[in-house]
Amino acid sequence: MGAPLKKIDEHAATFVRLADQPSKAQLKLRQPPHAQAIPAASARSLLRFITCGSVDDGKSTLLGRILYETGAVFDDQLAALDRDSARFGTTGDDLDFALLVDGLAAEREQGITIDVAFRYFSTENRAFIAADTPGHEQYTRNMATGASTADVAIILIDARKGVLPQTRRHSYIVSMLGVRRVIVAVNKIDLVGYDESVFRAIETEYRALAAMLDFIEIHVIPVSARFGDNIVAPSARTPWRQGPALLELLETIDGAPHGAAQFRFPVQWVNRPNLDFRGFSGAIAGGSIAVGDRILALPRGRTSRIARIIGPDGDIGQAAAGQSVTLTLTDEIDISRGDVIVKADDSVAPARTATVRMLAMTETPVTPGRNYLVKIGSALTTARVTALHHQIDVHDYQPKPAQALAMNAIGLATLRFETDVVIEPYAQCQSLGGLLLIDPHDNSCAALAVVEADGQAQAAPSPARGHALLSWLGVSALQDDAAVARAAIAPWLAGAGLTGLIAFVASGRPLVATAAALVDAGVRPSLTRLVRSYRPRAVGASEDGLAGDGGGI
Amino acid sequence: MSGMTHLKALEAESIFILREVVATCEKPVLLYSIGKDSAVLLHLALKAFAPGKLPFPLLHVDTGWKFREMIAFRDETARRFGLDLIVHTNEDGVRAGVNPITSGSSVHTDVMKTQGLKQALDKYGFDAAFGGARRDEEKSRAKERIISLRSPDHRWDPKAQRPEPWRAFNTRKRKGESLRVFPLSNWTEADVWDYIALDDIPVVPLYFAKMRPVVDRNGAIIMRDDERLPLHAGEQPQNKMVRFRTLGCYPLTGAVESEAETLPQIIAEMRASRSSERQGRMIDHDSASSMELKKQEGYF
Ligand SMILES: Nc1nc2c(ncn2[C@@H]2O[C@H](COP(=O)(O)OP(=O)(O)O)[C@@H](O)[C@H]2O)c(=O)[nH]1
Ligand SMILES: [Mg+2]
Repeated sequence: MGAPLKKIDEHAATFVRLADQPSKAQLKLRQPPHAQAIPAASARSLLRFITCGSVDDGKSTLLGRILYETGAVFDDQLAALDRDSARFGTTGDDLDFALLVDGLAAEREQGITIDVAFRYFSTENRAFIAADTPGHEQYTRNMATGASTADVAIILIDARKGVLPQTRRHSYIVSMLGVRRVIVAVNKIDLVGYDESVFRAIETEYRALAAMLDFIEIHVIPVSARFGDNIVAPSARTPWRQGPALLELLETIDGAPHGAAQFRFPVQWVNRPNLDFRGFSGAIAGGSIAVGDRILALPRGRTSRIARIIGPDGDIGQAAAGQSVTLTLTDEIDISRGDVIVKADDSVAPARTATVRMLAMTETPVTPGRNYLVKIGSALTTARVTALHHQIDVHDYQPKPAQALAMNAIGLATLRFETDVVIEPYAQCQSLGGLLLIDPHDNSCAALAVVEADGQAQAAPSPARGHALLSWLGVSALQDDAAVARAAIAPWLAGAGLTGLIAFVASGRPLVATAAALVDAGVRPSLTRLVRSYRPRAVGASEDGLAGDGGGI
Repeated sequence: MSGMTHLKALEAESIFILREVVATCEKPVLLYSIGKDSAVLLHLALKAFAPGKLPFPLLHVDTGWKFREMIAFRDETARRFGLDLIVHTNEDGVRAGVNPITSGSSVHTDVMKTQGLKQALDKYGFDAAFGGARRDEEKSRAKERIISLRSPDHRWDPKAQRPEPWRAFNTRKRKGESLRVFPLSNWTEADVWDYIALDDIPVVPLYFAKMRPVVDRNGAIIMRDDERLPLHAGEQPQNKMVRFRTLGCYPLTGAVESEAETLPQIIAEMRASRSSERQGRMIDHDSASSMELKKQEGYF
């Protein structure tokens, strides 16, 4: 017990496992790489997750460990790992699991992760796509690449170091990109003697910061990526911790992506093989559609009816979000790539401006007045940054004035499009709310941006904001289950209403700042209205068309 | 994607990628290497553009050393679907006498595959090339984007890859630059076989076990597909029940002893296997980061 995993020549033959008690779950898992997939290969669900956090917190080691434990590493790869560990390893005589995922020569030489690695494994019920992301600030854009498609994030924290600036930055980006469920792995728990108090202190600190973000589910778990504690089975060395091991969490956590409830179909390609066929191909970005439905093609606003839906296996009667299909219509109307087909009774209107939260990704800073090519769904248009409202200070999530967004900075801006575009708040539709800004001079990806929720559309505080309010009021929510927090906050909101907030807000400057942060986290528009009169006018340029939606936040 | 099975989600994603590139690039091509991944890629492409025909040609870079059954399967596939198939061989390499036996695997691969591919892409002016590579194949592949930008001399710069958020692919490029596109990026070997079974996709018979004439070369089982593979003094090829997990140039492709003659048997064997599919490929073992180097030089 406690001995690090020895090199493979000593132990590989019997696959001696290092974790404390080889439970049934472990034995079941440690099978050949494809073995778990058999019975329900076509019925398994797919979960995409990332590992993120600061440099050296153990992200790559953790993913390597998971791959190893789930049997996703073949013998010849293990033999290669053995050789690589001797050559590049950072773990003495032990296997360095990070080398399973740090696949670029430069990464192995330097012992760091530069770009995101995508790895695959499966258990009985789920297939996983895991993205191991780099911790260095300079590679934030690569981290964002991995985070953008994730359903769940594992955020690592080194137990010796606690919450670091990169922990905050990555948490913010993960939340901004729509990940609502996170697992906080307090790693290297071996190096603090498996001490519960260290773990609890980090948990408390993390929950306080997370309260300012949009998570609805936060699990905090002590692990040792290097020695395997709480990875596939609860560890005897953390008897003070109740709850499932990391892998069980990954197998059971809800991964439901947020697709639009309304039918949204960005036309990707017009399929016109002959005079008798004219179809519109694309992936359904939200909702569902059936043959016979009346549709509206935006931005030009022509209407028609669905004649056929052709899926990968031929004609189908209806189709839903995620499917790649080709639609034909009963009328010859002018539709081209970039248009969006919606249902005829839908009230969506094309827009010319948008308030976006963006992450700058190139050396050339994003500045007001600059023009970019913008990719929205399948549409490519030009937009000008008309205002930069503020930059987010990732240390405390407070807005601060900014003239430009340098690489890796996050801020709130207004875009004005050259043409009518169909956009949606990112929280409602990832395809039409996630924008890629391309520098027209060198075609580089200058920034990614997410469309902010429309002020009017936002109702009462969501569960995530429930957390935020609790923490703001000094109530600590240490429960693993968001439902508990929800239950706690609901009567409070219902009973006391929002009036109590006004009193707090009015009572002092620090609170005003916190309130502004809350608003920033999305408690609009009701709070915006309440807070506006008390808020110090910290930040600059706002623009018409920005409406009440936190233009000056 | 809720409610969609894992395989159907992968299928939808691949079709999306194929269409996106066709919609935004001028002259795409599908690199068809005849193996199982190419079979799946072609199958997905046919689905993506149905009921129309494929809006791009297929390119096979022929080293002259592929298994004969591969070439027969290639030509039969092109006939069956009425495909526009371009076969390119690096004639400079042929004239210089480059071959996998005396030149060695790395020279042969570089000249006949990498240089051959670059010649063909330049000759026809293709600006986007689909390949069937998957991220689970190899550790540097695991790092590559779905849409990967190449310089005018086809080089990949792994340290300066474009961000690729969501599916908002940036397919823009300057004159001379091109894209390598990997619609199967997120598929695993198991997914590929499950999908071949699900859709009953034809694959080269070499994947199924059969009695074949083989010799031992440094511990690898090599099939003597024709007279060009020299025999050692007194050596006689043995007939053994073997099959292949990946396919390439026959002198560089190791067989596995197997009784798996059907698709379910192949899938069962793969699931029980403890070695990776690339183990049978000689060309990957040249050095620790050989794949990355080859890719930097333009190998797809
Ligand atoms: N003692 C101990 N060391 C660890 C643990 N996890 C990672 N490490 C070591 O921490 C260093 C950084 O790990 P790495 O996975 O590369 O971190 P990354 O930058 O977050 O990907 C390596 O030397 C690892 O071996 C752990 O749980 N316990
Ligand atoms: Mg790392």
